[in-house]
Amino acid sequence: MLYFVARRLFSALSVVLATLIVTFALFFIAPTDPAAAICGERNCTQERYNDIKENLHLDRPKVQQFAEYTAGIFVGRTFETSGVVQDCKAPCLGFSFKSNRPVTEMLSSRIPVTVSLVAGYSVLVLTIGVFVGSMAAKRRGTTADRVLMSSTLVLSSIPYYIVALMISLYLTILYPILPRGGYTPFTESPGKWFLGLLTPWLVLGIYSCTQYARYSRGSMVETLSEDYIRTARAKGLSDRVVTYKHALRSGLIPVVTIFGLDIAGSLGGAIFTERIFDLPGLGNLVLSSLTTYDLPVIMGVVLVSSVILVTMNFIVDVAYSVIDPRVRLS
Amino acid sequence: MTTPANDASKGPRDTMTGTVPSGGGVAPERNPSVATRERRTAAISPSGETPYLVVEDLTVQFPTADGLVSAVNGLSYSVPLGRTLAIVGESGSGKSVSSMAVMGLHDPKRTRISGSIKLGGDELVGLSENELMKIRGDAVAMVFQDPQSSLHPLYTVGNQISEAYRVHHKVTKEVAKKRALEMLDLVGIPNPIRRFKQYPHEFSGGMRQRAMIAMGLVNDPKLVIADEPTTALDVTVQAQILDLLNNLQKEFGSAIVLITHDLGVVAEMADDVLVMYAGRCVEYGTAEDVLARPRMPYTWGLLESIPTVSAANERLRPIKGLPPSLLALPSGCSFNPRCPYADRVKGERCTTDLPELLPVDGAGAHTSRCHLHDKASIYEAEVAPRLG
Repeated sequence: MLYFVARRLFSALSVVLATLIVTFALFFIAPTDPAAAICGERNCTQERYNDIKENLHLDRPKVQQFAEYTAGIFVGRTFETSGVVQDCKAPCLGFSFKSNRPVTEMLSSRIPVTVSLVAGYSVLVLTIGVFVGSMAAKRRGTTADRVLMSSTLVLSSIPYYIVALMISLYLTILYPILPRGGYTPFTESPGKWFLGLLTPWLVLGIYSCTQYARYSRGSMVETLSEDYIRTARAKGLSDRVVTYKHALRSGLIPVVTIFGLDIAGSLGGAIFTERIFDLPGLGNLVLSSLTTYDLPVIMGVVLVSSVILVTMNFIVDVAYSVIDPRVRLS
Repeated sequence: MTTPANDASKGPRDTMTGTVPSGGGVAPERNPSVATRERRTAAISPSGETPYLVVEDLTVQFPTADGLVSAVNGLSYSVPLGRTLAIVGESGSGKSVSSMAVMGLHDPKRTRISGSIKLGGDELVGLSENELMKIRGDAVAMVFQDPQSSLHPLYTVGNQISEAYRVHHKVTKEVAKKRALEMLDLVGIPNPIRRFKQYPHEFSGGMRQRAMIAMGLVNDPKLVIADEPTTALDVTVQAQILDLLNNLQKEFGSAIVLITHDLGVVAEMADDVLVMYAGRCVEYGTAEDVLARPRMPYTWGLLESIPTVSAANERLRPIKGLPPSLLALPSGCSFNPRCPYADRVKGERCTTDLPELLPVDGAGAHTSRCHLHDKASIYEAEVAPRLG
């Protein structure tokens, strides 16, 4: 088990490193000019442009720039513009000259928002979604099963953002059944944190719950017809234990696989959700940074998102090996 | 043919007062009307002993979109403690379905079960799921065909065995583990402590089936249903597993219902034999009667289709044709389209009348379902020489 975790950790780190190189390449090797972006369109004299280029070492070889950028993440670095020295402590992900703040500082307040959102989403789909799917599988062929499955199909055929906007409009503003979305740090007030995120979670989660219900139903229908389920029943176990212990454990495997693939999608969904409920998360930050060409911030967000993604995938891998012992041995 | 109980097979068969074996199966007390006595006679074990499991007129039907599938039709048999009944037949003859009914494993919403299944005198048909749960795995255990797919791949073998024990005994995990280790040792799995922590995929086929047997016997069941326990195994391992079952039966004194299509297994294991065809019992008697004096063309066909060493150069003699669809059974005897002897019966009886299950020699417990009236002479003159 330890060996398995170590191996997975190693491959996770190499993915992060690859992302680092690729994002760096995208922004600095691609034909965008960071110096011009920082300088702005108006009032950009040739002199100021050259100044920026020199101060930010943008005239140096790309490899050296990359080394400096990477070193900054571990030991910090300083940026000098127009004679002002900006200190950027480790882990330094660059300096946003648009807002005059280190990128790390801008991100650090926003990471918990997105992580809270995605974590809540995961809990929702993996509990409610899987539970509903298992119930439907147990009662397959009945009217309840058909109603449940066709309604999930209808719901998941409507584009996500329309559902999200409608719920937001009708249930929090016109008929305030649900609390308005908003973010309060968990450390400040767990209750407010929960209430503020409740609607965004529901909007992001319920939608995917319908899909997870269908995945788990399919997987559970198959598992429930396995020979070892018959064996479990022949032992005298109750229907509940057979379904939610013996069958669910195997039935979860394909669901967890889909979940691992789906995490990237849920980060994308988080961007919409943050926008709709005006949550100060990474998604909102990246949207505003895109409109102002704030390259260091975009780069930072991409890097941090990839770390979140890789971390989640790592958790999924470990969960996978806990569910299915055969994974560890192969 | 090694159990002393076999000696009783020559005794009178029309009475319920046979010797009560050590386990103490109790004969059901019922109103002894003439009709029930007659039906009960049919269900008495060919040995004449007091049976532990009594199945009477069992019918299992599945309503499907294409119509009603009658998988088992009017099946009656009984098994005393310490004896082994082999149920033989092709795939789809209803042998597994009938024993699943004994375990109460059919989904009540999708299955119609009628008739009677009595276990130690208690009726099982019509019991609620909760009542059946208490019996399953405790008084009746099942050993399934393919241990590869019948053991849960994601739980350790030890975990699965102790779970089976804890379902029916309120004990701590440690006590259950001790019991499981004991069982692993009993079924001949070396190094039980290490094996306890392993998963089924780390076991070989034979070891898996041993583990499966350990799981079935962990609660000391009075009745063990073994559903083709050796089909998925190598021939050499098959013999070991059969020996194991035989020895465990001697030790626990339980009744065994052995479902198989392998007549070699039957010869080695069974005290009594029931041959099924298309959901019906077509021949029933002691192993000696059925194997040495078979009185039904289908049984002859089964015996003839066994390859023998002496006839190595001959082609196999399969039973021609296919088993009938359970949705549309042939009228009359279900076996008549495949029966090479049907033309020897006068008139159209084979295609119009379903033969009764009658004693082959006018009385006695060896019964068969066939219109032929000179079965004994046809067998001796034509079939027996071919069997070599």
